Amino acid sequence: MSTPAASGFPTLLKKEVARFWKVSFQTVAAPVLTTLLYLLVFSHALASHVQVFPGVTYVEFLIPGLAMMAVLQNAFANSSSSIIQSKLTGNMIFILLPPLSAGEIFAAYLLASMVRGLVVGIGVFAATMWLVPLPVREPMWAIAFALVASGMLGTMGIIAGIWSEKFDQLAAFQNFLVLPLTFLAGAFYSVHTLPPFWQAVSRLNPFFYAVDGFRYGFFAQSDVAPGASLAIATAAFAVLSWITLQLLRSGYKLRH
Amino acid sequence: MTAAVEVRDLAKRYGRVQALGGVSLAVESGEFFALLGPNGAGKTTLISVLGGLALADAGSASIMGHDVRADFRAARRAVGIVPQEVVFDPFFTVRETLEFQSGYFGLRANGAWIDQLLERLALAPKAHANMRSLSGGMKRRVMVAQALVHRPPVIVLDEPTAGVDVELRQSLWQFVRDLNAAGHTIVLTTHYLEEAQQLCSRIAMMRDGRVVALDSTERLLAAFSERVLRVKLEGSSLPPALAGGAVDEGGGWWRLPVADVGHVENALARLREAGVAVANLEVSEPELEEVFVKIMRGEPGR
Repeated sequence: MSTPAASGFPTLLKKEVARFWKVSFQTVAAPVLTTLLYLLVFSHALASHVQVFPGVTYVEFLIPGLAMMAVLQNAFANSSSSIIQSKLTGNMIFILLPPLSAGEIFAAYLLASMVRGLVVGIGVFAATMWLVPLPVREPMWAIAFALVASGMLGTMGIIAGIWSEKFDQLAAFQNFLVLPLTFLAGAFYSVHTLPPFWQAVSRLNPFFYAVDGFRYGFFAQSDVAPGASLAIATAAFAVLSWITLQLLRSGYKLRH
Repeated sequence: MTAAVEVRDLAKRYGRVQALGGVSLAVESGEFFALLGPNGAGKTTLISVLGGLALADAGSASIMGHDVRADFRAARRAVGIVPQEVVFDPFFTVRETLEFQSGYFGLRANGAWIDQLLERLALAPKAHANMRSLSGGMKRRVMVAQALVHRPPVIVLDEPTAGVDVELRQSLWQFVRDLNAAGHTIVLTTHYLEEAQQLCSRIAMMRDGRVVALDSTERLLAAFSERVLRVKLEGSSLPPALAGGAVDEGGGWWRLPVADVGHVENALARLREAGVAVANLEVSEPELEEVFVKIMRGEPGR
Protein backbone atom coordinates (compact mmCIF):
# COMPACT_ATOMS: atom_id res chain seq x y z
CA MET A 1 0.00 0.00 0.00
CA SER A 2 3.00 2.27 -0.24
CA THR A 3 2.39 3.24 -3.86
CA PRO A 4 2.72 6.99 -4.39
CA ALA A 5 -0.67 8.51 -3.84
CA ALA A 6 -1.98 10.20 -6.97
CA SER A 7 -4.96 12.51 -6.64
CA GLY A 8 -8.46 11.32 -7.43
CA PHE A 9 -9.36 14.79 -8.71
CA PRO A 10 -8.75 14.19 -12.45
CA THR A 11 -11.01 11.15 -12.38
CA LEU A 12 -13.80 12.95 -10.56
CA LEU A 13 -13.56 15.79 -13.07
CA LYS A 14 -13.63 13.30 -15.94
CA LYS A 15 -16.64 11.54 -14.44
CA GLU A 16 -18.51 14.81 -13.92
CA VAL A 17 -17.86 15.85 -17.52
CA ALA A 18 -18.78 12.37 -18.81
CA ARG A 19 -22.01 12.53 -16.81
CA PHE A 20 -23.37 15.49 -18.74
CA TRP A 21 -21.68 14.59 -22.01
CA LYS A 22 -23.43 11.20 -22.09
CA VAL A 23 -26.73 13.05 -22.16
CA SER A 24 -25.50 16.04 -24.16
CA PHE A 25 -28.73 16.18 -26.11
CA GLN A 26 -30.45 17.36 -22.92
CA THR A 27 -27.54 19.13 -21.31
CA VAL A 28 -26.04 20.97 -24.27
CA ALA A 29 -28.28 20.83 -27.33
CA ALA A 30 -31.49 21.64 -25.45
CA PRO A 31 -30.22 24.82 -23.75
CA VAL A 32 -28.67 26.00 -27.03
CA LEU A 33 -32.05 25.57 -28.71
CA THR A 34 -33.85 27.38 -25.87
CA THR A 35 -31.43 30.28 -26.21
CA LEU A 36 -32.00 30.44 -29.96
CA LEU A 37 -35.75 30.59 -29.35
CA TYR A 38 -35.28 33.47 -26.92
CA LEU A 39 -33.19 35.19 -29.51
CA LEU A 40 -35.76 34.69 -32.22
CA VAL A 41 -38.70 35.87 -30.12
CA PHE A 42 -37.07 38.78 -28.34
CA SER A 43 -35.18 40.13 -31.31
CA HIS A 44 -38.43 40.36 -33.25
CA ALA A 45 -40.62 41.53 -30.41
CA LEU A 46 -38.30 44.09 -28.89
CA ALA A 47 -35.99 45.22 -31.65
CA SER A 48 -37.87 48.46 -32.20
CA HIS A 49 -38.52 49.18 -28.52
CA VAL A 50 -35.18 48.76 -26.84
CA GLN A 51 -32.38 51.23 -27.23
CA VAL A 52 -28.95 49.88 -26.68
CA PHE A 53 -25.42 50.94 -27.46
CA PRO A 54 -24.75 53.23 -30.41
CA GLY A 55 -23.73 51.30 -33.51
CA VAL A 56 -24.95 47.99 -32.09
CA THR A 57 -28.18 46.43 -33.33
CA TYR A 58 -30.53 44.89 -30.81
CA VAL A 59 -29.95 41.36 -32.14
CA GLU A 60 -26.19 41.81 -31.82
CA PHE A 61 -26.66 43.19 -28.33
CA LEU A 62 -28.87 40.28 -27.38
CA ILE A 63 -26.56 37.43 -28.41
CA PRO A 64 -23.76 37.84 -25.85
CA GLY A 65 -26.31 38.47 -23.10
CA LEU A 66 -28.32 35.38 -23.95
CA ALA A 67 -25.14 33.32 -24.35
CA MET A 68 -24.01 34.46 -20.90
CA MET A 69 -27.41 33.64 -19.47
CA ALA A 70 -27.07 30.13 -20.87
CA VAL A 71 -23.56 29.84 -19.43
CA LEU A 72 -24.82 30.91 -16.00
CA GLN A 73 -27.84 28.61 -15.96
CA ASN A 74 -26.00 25.58 -17.25
CA ALA A 75 -23.01 25.95 -14.97
CA PHE A 76 -25.47 26.05 -12.08
CA ALA A 77 -27.51 23.14 -13.41
CA ASN A 78 -24.48 20.89 -13.78
CA SER A 79 -23.11 20.82 -10.26
CA SER A 80 -26.47 21.20 -8.54
CA SER A 81 -28.19 18.39 -10.44
CA SER A 82 -25.21 16.06 -10.15
CA ILE A 83 -24.96 16.50 -6.39
CA ILE A 84 -28.67 16.27 -5.64
CA GLN A 85 -29.00 13.17 -7.82
CA SER A 86 -26.05 11.54 -6.11
CA LYS A 87 -27.46 12.42 -2.71
CA LEU A 88 -30.96 11.17 -3.48
CA THR A 89 -29.86 7.95 -5.16
CA GLY A 90 -27.24 7.40 -2.47
CA ASN A 91 -24.30 7.04 -4.83
CA MET A 92 -22.63 10.10 -3.25
CA ILE A 93 -20.92 7.57 -0.96
CA PHE A 94 -18.71 6.54 -3.88
CA ILE A 95 -17.30 10.08 -3.87
CA LEU A 96 -17.21 10.37 -0.09
CA LEU A 97 -15.43 7.07 0.66
CA PRO A 98 -12.28 7.65 -1.48
CA PRO A 99 -9.41 9.80 -0.21
CA LEU A 100 -10.68 12.98 -1.90
CA SER A 101 -10.23 16.22 0.04
CA ALA A 102 -12.82 19.00 0.18
CA GLY A 103 -10.64 21.00 -2.21
CA GLU A 104 -10.44 18.19 -4.75
CA ILE A 105 -14.19 17.56 -4.67
CA PHE A 106 -14.82 21.29 -5.00
CA ALA A 107 -12.41 21.71 -7.91
CA ALA A 108 -13.81 18.74 -9.84
CA TYR A 109 -17.47 19.76 -9.54
CA LEU A 110 -16.60 23.39 -10.22
CA LEU A 111 -14.52 22.73 -13.34
CA ALA A 112 -17.06 20.30 -14.78
CA SER A 113 -19.75 22.97 -14.30
CA MET A 114 -17.58 25.54 -16.03
CA VAL A 115 -17.00 23.14 -18.92
CA ARG A 116 -20.74 22.57 -19.28
CA GLY A 117 -21.51 26.31 -19.10
CA LEU A 118 -18.80 27.18 -21.60
CA VAL A 119 -19.73 24.39 -24.02
CA VAL A 120 -23.32 25.63 -24.06
CA GLY A 121 -22.12 29.22 -24.48
CA ILE A 122 -19.89 28.24 -27.38
CA GLY A 123 -22.82 26.30 -28.83
CA VAL A 124 -24.93 29.46 -28.83
CA PHE A 125 -22.25 31.37 -30.73
CA ALA A 126 -21.66 28.49 -33.11
CA ALA A 127 -25.36 28.46 -33.95
CA THR A 128 -25.76 32.23 -34.34
CA MET A 129 -22.51 33.24 -36.00
CA TRP A 130 -23.87 32.23 -39.42
CA LEU A 131 -26.86 34.50 -39.03
CA VAL A 132 -25.48 37.41 -37.05
CA PRO A 133 -21.71 37.76 -37.21
CA LEU A 134 -20.51 39.58 -34.09
CA PRO A 135 -17.44 41.71 -33.63
CA VAL A 136 -15.11 40.49 -30.89
CA ARG A 137 -13.24 43.66 -29.97
CA GLU A 138 -11.86 42.56 -26.61
CA PRO A 139 -11.65 38.74 -26.62
CA MET A 140 -9.63 38.52 -23.41
CA TRP A 141 -12.37 40.32 -21.50
CA ALA A 142 -14.99 37.99 -22.95
CA ILE A 143 -12.98 34.94 -21.93
CA ALA A 144 -12.29 36.30 -18.45
CA PHE A 145 -15.97 37.00 -17.81
CA ALA A 146 -17.04 33.65 -19.21
CA LEU A 147 -14.65 31.88 -16.82
CA VAL A 148 -15.54 33.89 -13.74
CA ALA A 149 -19.27 33.76 -14.41
CA SER A 150 -19.35 30.02 -15.04
CA GLY A 151 -17.23 29.55 -11.92
CA MET A 152 -19.55 31.70 -9.85
CA LEU A 153 -22.60 29.67 -10.87
CA GLY A 154 -20.73 26.38 -10.63
CA THR A 155 -20.04 27.10 -6.96
CA MET A 156 -23.62 28.25 -6.40
CA GLY A 157 -24.72 24.94 -7.90
CA ILE A 158 -22.53 23.02 -5.47
CA ILE A 159 -23.99 24.97 -2.54
CA ALA A 160 -27.55 24.42 -3.78
CA GLY A 161 -26.90 20.72 -4.35
CA ILE A 162 -25.43 20.26 -0.89
CA TRP A 163 -28.16 22.28 0.82
CA SER A 164 -31.15 20.74 -0.98
CA GLU A 165 -32.59 17.55 0.39
CA LYS A 166 -35.26 17.19 -2.26
CA PHE A 167 -35.66 18.14 -5.89
CA ASP A 168 -38.33 20.66 -4.81
CA GLN A 169 -35.83 22.55 -2.75
CA LEU A 170 -33.35 22.64 -5.60
CA ALA A 171 -36.12 23.79 -7.93
CA ALA A 172 -36.96 26.57 -5.47
CA PHE A 173 -33.32 27.64 -5.39
CA GLN A 174 -33.32 27.66 -9.17
CA ASN A 175 -36.69 29.35 -9.70
CA PHE A 176 -36.56 31.93 -6.92
CA LEU A 177 -32.90 32.85 -7.00
CA VAL A 178 -30.97 31.80 -10.09
CA LEU A 179 -33.67 32.42 -12.68
CA PRO A 180 -34.68 35.93 -11.45
CA LEU A 181 -31.05 36.95 -11.07
CA THR A 182 -30.19 35.78 -14.59
CA PHE A 183 -33.28 37.38 -16.15
CA LEU A 184 -32.64 40.64 -14.35
CA ALA A 185 -28.96 40.64 -15.24
CA GLY A 186 -29.53 42.78 -18.29
CA ALA A 187 -29.41 40.14 -20.99
CA PHE A 188 -32.38 41.74 -22.73
CA TYR A 189 -31.72 45.40 -22.10
CA SER A 190 -29.09 47.93 -21.19
CA VAL A 191 -29.56 49.00 -17.57
CA HIS A 192 -29.27 52.61 -18.66
CA THR A 193 -32.73 52.30 -20.11
CA LEU A 194 -34.14 51.42 -16.67
CA PRO A 195 -35.53 53.92 -14.13
CA PRO A 196 -32.91 54.94 -11.52
CA PHE A 197 -34.37 52.70 -8.81
CA TRP A 198 -34.14 49.57 -10.95
CA GLN A 199 -30.69 50.58 -12.13
CA ALA A 200 -29.60 50.64 -8.49
CA VAL A 201 -31.23 47.26 -7.85
CA SER A 202 -29.52 45.80 -10.91
CA ARG A 203 -26.18 46.86 -9.53
CA LEU A 204 -26.73 44.63 -6.50
CA ASN A 205 -26.99 41.62 -8.76
CA PRO A 206 -23.58 40.01 -9.34
CA PHE A 207 -24.89 38.36 -12.53
CA PHE A 208 -25.41 41.81 -14.02
CA TYR A 209 -21.66 42.44 -13.99
CA ALA A 210 -21.04 39.10 -15.69
CA VAL A 211 -23.44 39.92 -18.52
CA ASP A 212 -22.33 43.53 -18.88
CA GLY A 213 -18.63 42.73 -18.79
CA PHE A 214 -19.01 39.81 -21.17
CA ARG A 215 -20.76 42.10 -23.64
CA TYR A 216 -17.84 44.52 -23.36
CA GLY A 217 -15.68 41.77 -24.82
CA PHE A 218 -17.69 42.02 -28.04
CA PHE A 219 -18.58 45.68 -28.44
CA ALA A 220 -15.99 47.41 -26.24
CA GLN A 221 -18.98 49.22 -24.75
CA SER A 222 -20.68 48.51 -21.45
CA ASP A 223 -22.81 50.04 -18.70
CA VAL A 224 -20.06 49.60 -16.10
CA ALA A 225 -16.29 49.76 -16.61
CA PRO A 226 -15.16 46.16 -17.33
CA GLY A 227 -12.38 46.24 -14.74
CA ALA A 228 -14.87 47.11 -12.00
CA SER A 229 -17.31 44.45 -13.24
CA LEU A 230 -14.60 41.80 -13.28
CA ALA A 231 -13.48 42.76 -9.78
CA ILE A 232 -17.04 42.49 -8.44
CA ALA A 233 -17.77 39.21 -10.23
CA THR A 234 -14.46 37.76 -9.08
CA ALA A 235 -15.13 38.86 -5.51
CA ALA A 236 -18.55 37.17 -5.62
CA PHE A 237 -16.93 34.04 -7.03
CA ALA A 238 -14.28 34.09 -4.29
CA VAL A 239 -16.85 34.48 -1.49
CA LEU A 240 -19.02 31.70 -2.90
CA SER A 241 -15.95 29.46 -3.28
CA TRP A 242 -14.95 30.08 0.30
CA ILE A 243 -18.45 29.22 1.53
CA THR A 244 -18.53 26.08 -0.60
CA LEU A 245 -15.17 24.92 0.71
CA GLN A 246 -16.29 25.47 4.30
CA LEU A 247 -19.44 23.44 3.65
CA LEU A 248 -17.43 20.62 2.09
CA ARG A 249 -14.84 20.66 4.87
CA SER A 250 -17.47 20.54 7.59
CA GLY A 251 -19.27 17.70 5.85
CA TYR A 252 -22.50 19.75 5.98
CA LYS A 253 -25.40 17.56 4.79
CA LEU A 254 -22.95 15.17 3.15
CA ARG A 255 -21.06 13.48 5.96
CA HIS A 256 -23.78 13.04 8.55
CA MET B 1 1.34 -4.46 16.13
CA THR B 2 -1.04 -1.80 14.83
CA ALA B 3 -4.69 -2.74 15.03
CA ALA B 4 -6.50 -2.91 11.70
CA VAL B 5 -9.39 -0.98 13.20
CA GLU B 6 -9.32 0.83 16.49
CA VAL B 7 -12.09 2.96 17.94
CA ARG B 8 -12.01 4.67 21.30
CA ASP B 9 -14.92 6.19 23.19
CA LEU B 10 -16.68 6.91 19.94
CA ALA B 11 -19.86 8.92 20.41
CA LYS B 12 -22.38 10.13 17.87
CA ARG B 13 -25.79 11.64 18.36
CA TYR B 14 -28.48 12.23 15.72
CA GLY B 15 -30.98 14.62 17.25
CA ARG B 16 -32.34 12.81 20.27
CA VAL B 17 -30.93 9.44 19.30
CA GLN B 18 -27.58 8.48 20.76
CA ALA B 19 -26.41 6.32 17.85
CA LEU B 20 -23.04 5.61 19.46
CA GLY B 21 -22.62 6.02 23.18
CA GLY B 22 -18.90 5.59 23.75
CA VAL B 23 -17.81 2.62 21.68
CA SER B 24 -14.32 1.21 22.09
CA LEU B 25 -12.97 -1.81 20.31
CA ALA B 26 -10.01 -3.02 18.33
CA VAL B 27 -9.86 -5.43 15.42
CA GLU B 28 -6.48 -7.03 14.90
CA SER B 29 -4.88 -7.36 11.50
CA GLY B 30 -6.02 -10.49 9.70
CA GLU B 31 -9.07 -11.06 11.88
CA PHE B 32 -12.49 -12.06 10.62
CA PHE B 33 -14.60 -9.95 12.92
CA ALA B 34 -18.36 -9.75 13.32
CA LEU B 35 -20.28 -6.73 14.48
CA LEU B 36 -23.71 -7.90 15.55
CA GLY B 37 -26.73 -6.26 17.02
CA PRO B 38 -30.38 -5.51 16.37
CA ASN B 39 -31.43 -2.77 13.95
CA GLY B 40 -30.60 0.62 15.39
CA ALA B 41 -27.79 -0.72 17.57
CA GLY B 42 -25.27 1.61 15.92
CA LYS B 43 -23.42 -0.82 13.66
CA THR B 44 -23.92 1.17 10.48
CA THR B 45 -23.11 4.44 12.25
CA LEU B 46 -19.86 2.91 13.47
CA ILE B 47 -19.00 1.75 9.95
CA SER B 48 -19.91 5.18 8.57
CA VAL B 49 -17.47 6.80 10.98
CA LEU B 50 -14.75 4.39 9.87
CA GLY B 51 -15.32 5.35 6.23
CA GLY B 52 -15.66 9.08 6.86
CA LEU B 53 -19.35 9.03 5.85
CA ALA B 54 -20.25 10.22 9.33
CA LEU B 55 -18.29 12.45 11.64
CA ALA B 56 -18.19 11.40 15.28
CA ASP B 57 -19.04 13.89 18.02
CA ALA B 58 -16.36 12.53 20.32
CA GLY B 59 -13.74 9.82 20.49
CA SER B 60 -11.35 8.60 17.85
CA ALA B 61 -11.24 6.00 15.13
CA SER B 62 -8.34 4.75 13.09
CA ILE B 63 -7.72 2.29 10.29
CA MET B 64 -4.29 0.61 10.19
CA GLY B 65 -3.10 3.28 12.61
CA HIS B 66 -4.35 6.21 10.50
CA ASP B 67 -6.85 8.50 12.19
CA VAL B 68 -10.00 8.75 10.06
CA ARG B 69 -10.08 12.56 10.43
CA ALA B 70 -6.50 13.77 10.80
CA ASP B 71 -5.04 11.29 8.34
CA PHE B 72 -8.15 10.66 6.24
CA ARG B 73 -6.34 9.93 2.99
CA ALA B 74 -4.27 7.06 4.40
CA ALA B 75 -7.23 5.80 6.44
CA ARG B 76 -9.55 5.71 3.42
CA ARG B 77 -6.95 4.04 1.24
CA ALA B 78 -6.71 1.33 3.88
CA VAL B 79 -10.40 0.48 4.05
CA GLY B 80 -12.97 -0.79 1.58
CA ILE B 81 -16.59 -0.48 2.67
CA VAL B 82 -19.53 -2.29 1.14
CA PRO B 83 -22.54 -0.27 2.25
CA GLN B 84 -25.81 -1.85 3.23
CA GLU B 85 -28.07 -0.13 0.72
CA VAL B 86 -27.73 -1.07 -2.93
CA VAL B 87 -26.81 2.15 -4.70
CA PHE B 88 -25.32 2.82 -8.13
CA ASP B 89 -24.71 5.53 -10.68
CA PRO B 90 -27.17 4.98 -13.54
CA PHE B 91 -25.03 6.95 -15.99
CA PHE B 92 -22.30 4.35 -16.33
CA THR B 93 -21.49 0.73 -17.16
CA VAL B 94 -20.05 -1.78 -14.70
CA ARG B 95 -16.54 -1.32 -16.00
CA GLU B 96 -16.76 2.46 -16.10
CA THR B 97 -18.02 2.40 -12.52
CA LEU B 98 -14.97 0.39 -11.41
CA GLU B 99 -12.55 2.48 -13.45
CA PHE B 100 -13.89 5.69 -11.94
CA GLN B 101 -13.73 4.19 -8.47
CA SER B 102 -10.08 3.24 -9.06
CA GLY B 103 -9.35 6.73 -10.28
CA TYR B 104 -10.83 8.31 -7.15
CA PHE B 105 -8.16 6.41 -5.24
CA GLY B 106 -5.52 7.75 -7.59
CA LEU B 107 -5.11 4.42 -9.40
CA ARG B 108 -4.91 5.03 -13.14
CA ALA B 109 -3.78 1.66 -14.51
CA ASN B 110 -5.86 -0.78 -12.54
CA GLY B 111 -7.31 -2.76 -15.45
CA ALA B 112 -5.81 -6.11 -14.57
CA TRP B 113 -7.17 -6.04 -11.04
CA ILE B 114 -10.57 -4.84 -12.27
CA ASP B 115 -10.65 -7.79 -14.69
CA GLN B 116 -9.84 -10.11 -11.83
CA LEU B 117 -12.60 -8.63 -9.68
CA LEU B 118 -15.11 -8.91 -12.51
CA GLU B 119 -14.10 -12.52 -13.04
CA ARG B 120 -14.16 -13.44 -9.38
CA LEU B 121 -17.55 -11.81 -8.77
CA ALA B 122 -19.03 -13.35 -11.95
CA LEU B 123 -19.56 -9.92 -13.47
CA ALA B 124 -17.33 -10.30 -16.52
CA PRO B 125 -20.23 -10.93 -18.94
CA LYS B 126 -21.87 -7.73 -17.69
CA ALA B 127 -18.75 -5.55 -17.80
CA HIS B 128 -20.17 -3.32 -20.50
CA ALA B 129 -23.77 -3.37 -19.35
CA ASN B 130 -25.26 -0.22 -17.89
CA MET B 131 -25.65 -0.37 -14.10
CA ARG B 132 -29.40 0.18 -14.49
CA SER B 133 -29.82 -3.10 -16.37
CA LEU B 134 -28.33 -5.28 -13.61
CA SER B 135 -30.30 -7.35 -11.14
CA GLY B 136 -30.16 -6.45 -7.47
CA GLY B 137 -27.69 -9.22 -6.71
CA MET B 138 -25.39 -8.07 -9.50
CA LYS B 139 -25.51 -4.48 -8.33
CA ARG B 140 -24.50 -5.67 -4.89
CA ARG B 141 -21.56 -7.56 -6.38
CA VAL B 142 -20.49 -4.40 -8.21
CA MET B 143 -20.52 -2.65 -4.85
CA VAL B 144 -18.25 -5.36 -3.46
CA ALA B 145 -15.93 -4.83 -6.42
CA GLN B 146 -16.03 -1.05 -5.88
CA ALA B 147 -14.97 -1.55 -2.27
CA LEU B 148 -12.04 -3.69 -3.39
CA VAL B 149 -10.69 -1.70 -6.37
CA HIS B 150 -7.92 -0.19 -4.25
CA ARG B 151 -7.00 -3.52 -2.59
CA PRO B 152 -7.66 -2.27 0.92
CA PRO B 153 -6.10 -4.23 3.79
CA VAL B 154 -9.35 -3.80 5.76
CA ILE B 155 -12.69 -4.76 4.25
CA VAL B 156 -15.95 -3.83 5.93
CA LEU B 157 -19.16 -5.48 4.78
CA ASP B 158 -22.40 -4.02 6.11
CA GLU B 159 -25.02 -6.75 5.76
CA PRO B 160 -23.74 -7.90 2.39
CA THR B 161 -26.12 -10.85 2.21
CA ALA B 162 -29.40 -9.15 3.08
CA GLY B 163 -31.89 -10.25 0.45
CA VAL B 164 -29.28 -12.19 -1.50
CA ASP B 165 -30.00 -15.67 -2.86
CA VAL B 166 -28.29 -18.74 -1.43
CA GLU B 167 -25.92 -19.36 -4.32
CA LEU B 168 -24.65 -15.80 -4.43
CA ARG B 169 -24.34 -15.75 -0.66
CA GLN B 170 -22.12 -18.81 -0.69
CA SER B 171 -19.91 -17.61 -3.52
CA LEU B 172 -19.61 -14.24 -1.83
CA TRP B 173 -18.54 -15.85 1.43
CA GLN B 174 -16.04 -18.01 -0.37
CA PHE B 175 -14.55 -14.91 -1.94
CA VAL B 176 -14.43 -13.10 1.41
CA ARG B 177 -12.85 -16.15 3.06
CA ASP B 178 -10.18 -16.18 0.36
CA LEU B 179 -9.51 -12.49 0.92
CA ASN B 180 -9.19 -13.16 4.63
CA ALA B 181 -6.83 -16.05 3.95
CA ALA B 182 -4.77 -13.70 1.77
CA GLY B 183 -4.30 -11.44 4.78
CA HIS B 184 -7.18 -8.97 4.55
CA THR B 185 -8.92 -8.04 7.76
CA ILE B 186 -12.67 -8.53 7.47
CA VAL B 187 -15.30 -6.73 9.51
CA LEU B 188 -18.81 -7.95 8.92
CA THR B 189 -22.28 -7.11 10.08
CA THR B 190 -25.08 -9.52 9.42
CA HIS B 191 -28.45 -10.59 10.73
CA TYR B 192 -27.70 -14.19 9.75
CA LEU B 193 -26.09 -15.32 12.96
CA GLU B 194 -25.14 -18.73 11.67
CA GLU B 195 -23.00 -16.99 9.03
CA ALA B 196 -21.20 -15.01 11.71
CA GLN B 197 -20.73 -18.15 13.79
CA GLN B 198 -19.20 -20.04 10.88
CA LEU B 199 -17.00 -17.26 9.56
CA CYS B 200 -15.89 -15.01 12.36
CA SER B 201 -13.25 -15.65 14.95
CA ARG B 202 -14.28 -12.73 17.14
CA ILE B 203 -17.55 -10.97 17.74
CA ALA B 204 -18.69 -7.65 19.13
CA MET B 205 -22.35 -7.30 19.99
CA MET B 206 -23.89 -3.87 20.12
CA ARG B 207 -27.11 -2.59 21.61
CA ASP B 208 -28.32 1.00 21.86
CA GLY B 209 -25.01 2.40 20.67
CA ARG B 210 -22.84 0.41 23.08
CA VAL B 211 -20.73 -2.69 22.88
CA VAL B 212 -22.38 -5.19 25.22
CA ALA B 213 -20.19 -8.17 24.44
CA LEU B 214 -16.78 -8.55 22.85
CA ASP B 215 -14.99 -11.86 22.78
CA SER B 216 -13.91 -14.78 20.64
CA THR B 217 -16.77 -16.68 19.06
CA GLU B 218 -15.71 -19.78 20.97
CA ARG B 219 -15.76 -18.14 24.37
CA LEU B 220 -19.08 -16.42 23.74
CA LEU B 221 -20.62 -19.74 22.75
CA ALA B 222 -19.15 -21.44 25.82
CA ALA B 223 -20.38 -18.71 28.12
CA PHE B 224 -23.88 -18.24 26.81
CA SER B 225 -24.88 -21.35 24.98
CA GLU B 226 -24.59 -25.04 25.69
CA ARG B 227 -24.80 -28.39 24.10
CA VAL B 228 -28.19 -29.84 24.90
CA LEU B 229 -29.48 -33.40 24.83
CA ARG B 230 -33.19 -33.61 24.15
CA VAL B 231 -34.82 -36.95 24.83
CA LYS B 232 -38.37 -38.14 24.38
CA LEU B 233 -39.22 -40.68 27.02
CA GLU B 234 -41.85 -43.32 26.60
CA GLY B 235 -44.40 -43.20 29.39
CA SER B 236 -42.13 -42.88 32.39
CA SER B 237 -40.58 -39.74 33.85
CA LEU B 238 -36.98 -38.74 34.23
CA PRO B 239 -34.87 -40.70 36.76
CA PRO B 240 -33.94 -38.50 39.77
CA ALA B 241 -30.25 -38.90 39.00
CA LEU B 242 -30.73 -36.79 35.85
CA ALA B 243 -33.19 -34.28 37.26
CA GLY B 244 -30.57 -31.60 38.05
CA GLY B 245 -30.73 -28.92 35.38
CA ALA B 246 -33.27 -30.82 33.30
CA VAL B 247 -36.24 -29.02 31.81
CA ASP B 248 -39.55 -30.66 31.06
CA GLU B 249 -40.55 -29.43 27.63
CA GLY B 250 -43.85 -31.32 27.65
CA GLY B 251 -45.05 -34.12 25.41
CA GLY B 252 -42.50 -36.46 26.96
CA TRP B 253 -39.55 -34.31 25.81
CA TRP B 254 -36.85 -33.43 28.29
CA ARG B 255 -33.96 -31.12 27.85
CA LEU B 256 -30.68 -32.02 29.55
CA PRO B 257 -27.58 -29.82 29.53
CA VAL B 258 -24.52 -31.80 28.44
CA ALA B 259 -21.06 -30.28 28.51
CA ASP B 260 -19.51 -32.81 26.14
CA VAL B 261 -20.09 -36.10 24.37
CA GLY B 262 -19.14 -38.07 27.50
CA HIS B 263 -22.14 -36.61 29.28
CA VAL B 264 -24.44 -37.79 26.53
CA GLU B 265 -23.29 -41.38 26.94
CA ASN B 266 -23.56 -41.05 30.67
CA ALA B 267 -27.13 -39.73 30.53
CA LEU B 268 -28.22 -42.47 28.16
CA ALA B 269 -26.62 -45.11 30.42
CA ARG B 270 -28.56 -43.74 33.39
CA LEU B 271 -31.81 -43.91 31.45
CA ARG B 272 -31.10 -47.51 30.47
CA GLU B 273 -30.26 -48.43 34.07
CA ALA B 274 -33.54 -46.91 35.22
CA GLY B 275 -35.37 -48.93 32.59
CA VAL B 276 -36.69 -45.83 30.84
CA ALA B 277 -37.26 -46.29 27.13
CA VAL B 278 -36.05 -43.49 24.87
CA ALA B 279 -38.36 -42.94 21.92
CA ASN B 280 -36.34 -40.19 20.28
CA LEU B 281 -33.30 -38.06 20.95
CA GLU B 282 -31.28 -35.21 19.51
CA VAL B 283 -28.15 -33.35 20.47
CA SER B 284 -27.99 -29.67 19.64
CA GLU B 285 -24.76 -27.74 19.39
CA PRO B 286 -24.25 -24.30 20.97
CA GLU B 287 -25.74 -21.59 18.81
CA LEU B 288 -24.81 -17.99 18.39
CA GLU B 289 -28.48 -17.14 18.15
CA GLU B 290 -28.93 -18.22 21.74
CA VAL B 291 -25.89 -16.19 22.77
CA PHE B 292 -27.30 -13.18 20.94
CA VAL B 293 -30.74 -13.45 22.53
CA LYS B 294 -29.30 -13.84 26.01
CA ILE B 295 -26.90 -10.94 25.65
CA MET B 296 -29.60 -8.68 24.23
CA ARG B 297 -31.80 -9.58 27.21
CA GLY B 298 -28.93 -8.71 29.50
CA GLU B 299 -28.56 -12.20 30.94
CA PRO B 300 -25.21 -12.95 32.54
CA GLY B 301 -22.95 -15.59 31.00
CA ARG B 302 -21.30 -18.45 32.79
